[in-house]
Amino acid sequence: MARVAAAVVQFPAAVSAEPLVRVDGVDKVFASRTRAALKAVDNVSLAISSGEFVSIVGPSGCGKSTLMMMISGLMPTTKGQISIGKTVVKRPYTELGIVFQRDALLEWRTVLDNILLQVDIRRLDRRAYEPRAKELLARAGLGGFESYLPWELSGGMRQRVSICRALVCSPPLLLMDEPFGALDAMTREQMNLDLQKIWLEDRKTVVFITHSIAEAVFLSDRVIVMSPRPGKVAADITIDLSRPRRLSVREEPAFGRYVATIRQTFQSFGLLKED
Amino acid sequence: MSVSGANAGSAELLPAGRGVASSYLYPLAATAVLFAVWELAARFGNISPLLLPAPSAIALTTIDKFPVLVHMSIVTVAEFLLGFALAVVIGLPLGALIVYAKPVELTFYPLLVAFQTIPKAAIAPVLIVWLGTGMTSKVLIAFAISFFPIVVDTIIGLRAAQPETLYVARSMGASPLQVFWYVRFPNALPSIFGGLKVASTLAVIGAIVGEFVSSDKGLGYLVLVANGELDTRLVFACVLVLTFLGLAFFFAVEALERIFVRWHVSARQAEASASGND
Repeated sequence: MARVAAAVVQFPAAVSAEPLVRVDGVDKVFASRTRAALKAVDNVSLAISSGEFVSIVGPSGCGKSTLMMMISGLMPTTKGQISIGKTVVKRPYTELGIVFQRDALLEWRTVLDNILLQVDIRRLDRRAYEPRAKELLARAGLGGFESYLPWELSGGMRQRVSICRALVCSPPLLLMDEPFGALDAMTREQMNLDLQKIWLEDRKTVVFITHSIAEAVFLSDRVIVMSPRPGKVAADITIDLSRPRRLSVREEPAFGRYVATIRQTFQSFGLLKED
Repeated sequence: MSVSGANAGSAELLPAGRGVASSYLYPLAATAVLFAVWELAARFGNISPLLLPAPSAIALTTIDKFPVLVHMSIVTVAEFLLGFALAVVIGLPLGALIVYAKPVELTFYPLLVAFQTIPKAAIAPVLIVWLGTGMTSKVLIAFAISFFPIVVDTIIGLRAAQPETLYVARSMGASPLQVFWYVRFPNALPSIFGGLKVASTLAVIGAIVGEFVSSDKGLGYLVLVANGELDTRLVFACVLVLTFLGLAFFFAVEALERIFVRWHVSARQAEASASGND
């Protein structure tokens, strides 16, 4: 395990010592009638503090999405235990926001109604949340698009709506599974900047799955590197770069060193062969 | 970020002249040409009016026999509407049950497929023997012939929900019933309406098949009577009225579809081509 740089906490109040998410010796095995059982996640243990932005990077198929599904309670673990706060996760955990690579917007609902799906399903008062939904949209640069249907928006705009939907009930935890994976490079950079901005405003705990090393380093307080399948924690790297980070941070030597460390971890698995 | 970056601009990419007006113009023009050729062939070709009456003659008969045609239409319309309604009332919940309850799927799905392979025209006489020559037997035949596409397309539609939409709903704490009403059912509507449109045309066929086997009223009955009297003009008049009724029913279902699935790809294309014409 490569442990790079001691944690230098930039905002001491934001990161508390009490872990919010605890993953304890978790395995996931997919049984199949026709094929051999597939071990996707192998004995993973993690602790994520409240207010921390943690990225999980790994080669495709390493079980990082599976890990997120287990944290959300949408998929059971085969072995081990996951807890969020004081709750042991056994069924879908509802005090969180979730964003997938596909925006999962409901095509028949307007932008505003898609965000308020949270409110409808939780049987909350629509009127109480409408101002918050509109404010989130405005912050996401989508003020005035409340009555649009999803198909009238571009891919980046749709994903912004999906992030607003995840945030509207102000959950303490945000799970994001390659949220910008389907976007073009330019939109993706803008989304990284905007996500950082939103995150700096209220410091939710974020678990961010990505296969982009640069994206992980740019956004995170900590990057967890997973090995190829079956996914294990291969490295846990604290990113000590001051915030707010600008795009130019990527040209700084420290940034390059973090990227290099992660890439070397991948190369130690025989990935990213150069000849 | 501006609207021009969004898909809304795609209407401009459609070639000109594909608007709403032309979507009526082309089929109407084709129909007019067909009738003109028919009229000329019937008048100047050496064809007996007993075999092929001219469209003008059929039109005159339709006007002439209008009261009886209306009277018989009411019966046939009632039969196919009731048969269709029964197919919807039974087909939609059955489709949902098959999707949601494994035992129901295992029990009913093979039976359903087996039932569908039976030619309905072949069991029509049996239904008449069981239920009599009245309206009930026709309603049931219309039901039997139109309910399969409704069930199948309901199943396909309910199963088509993107897994992520279901995950998102469940992580908000949605109950299975909420997942159904908020996600699965609206998502299935385009597919369900596909089934309803097919079923709407089949229900009309079912009612006529029933009337052909045995009846004392309805447009199918009138076709048989006119045919027996070699009144080809009245036979064609009946076919004309039936075509009109079938079309009207189909378009009524389609109008409902446009109201309920405005958001779907098919509706967007119609909208885009409408705005592309201005």
